[in-house]
Amino acid sequence: MFIIIDMRSIWRTLDPGILRGIALVCLSVGAIGVSYGAIAVTKGFPLWFPVLSALVVLAGASEFLFVGIIAAGGNPITAVLVGLLVNARHLPYGLALPPGVVRPGWQRFLATHLMNDESVVLALAEPDLPRQRAAYWTCGLGMLVCWPAGALVGALAGNFVHDTDALGLDAMFPAVILALILPAMKDLGVRHAALGGCVIALVSVPFTPPGLPELLALGAVALKLLPTRDDRTPRPEEAAP
Amino acid sequence: MTSRPTVVIALLVLSAGTFAFRFAGPALRSRFSFPKRAEDLLGAAAIVLLASLVATTALTSGHGFSGFARPAGVLVGGVLAARKTPFLVVVIAAAATTAILRLLHVS
Repeated sequence: MFIIIDMRSIWRTLDPGILRGIALVCLSVGAIGVSYGAIAVTKGFPLWFPVLSALVVLAGASEFLFVGIIAAGGNPITAVLVGLLVNARHLPYGLALPPGVVRPGWQRFLATHLMNDESVVLALAEPDLPRQRAAYWTCGLGMLVCWPAGALVGALAGNFVHDTDALGLDAMFPAVILALILPAMKDLGVRHAALGGCVIALVSVPFTPPGLPELLALGAVALKLLPTRDDRTPRPEEAAP
Repeated sequence: MTSRPTVVIALLVLSAGTFAFRFAGPALRSRFSFPKRAEDLLGAAAIVLLASLVATTALTSGHGFSGFARPAGVLVGGVLAARKTPFLVVVIAAAATTAILRLLHVS
């Protein structure tokens, strides 16, 4: 109940354009959930499995991998380790979230569970704490509903649904994240670090397990430490020819 | 085979481990106060992580290239976003571009 009351003030807080964007993001996650549920039952998992997994893990990429590894006859321990490697990025996400987005208290456990790529990037893109909290909770709760609901629909429909790629839904996720991080790229140091991170990640993809390229990319944060022309105090060596 | 108890236990372990990753960041942030410069670096780290996620999810599938349709859609979305196009239009345009390219058999 408190959440419902809270949500009303949240909707007033957020820009309607962002709110519609969040709704679309949640719907597309639901559609990908449909394909997740369908794939899981097609591979021999019982109906409830993708729904349970969607509810308790709530991190799509790791769930697809987990189901794929088990279905291919892989060791459950391997499936867990691969999933955890993919989900390790939530730790730096949590460090970057301004304190106050995930508040101590009874809401904390739910707020913690709602942390994902989209809720974090939406929060970081907002200018002040009320709007950061609003974006985080709206997106997080929307995903908590849409992802398992989609998985259930897909599990029930089974073989009838296959390819969400035909709708271009796989382009939505990177486009959403890109659109929301662009304003942060105005900072020259951040831009250099981000581009360096992209290079590191792309170069690592052929040789590393899923999840690791993005973690290796974190090394590029060091580029932010280099002096840039944006710095208020120009360094003497920059004046030299 | 896929519903053996060990598989369900494995799922619950993945869930608990993921929760621990999610819990650790805010817990550390609320316990210690970071200097402004360190906070800026943590913010930059999240942007670097998200940017690299854009690169890998736009350009790769498994260990190889994703094909042209998806990155083309993401590029269209990125250009529109840089021109301050509304968020909803950006996201729809990205998906539509990729869908149309696939319809035209551009993989």
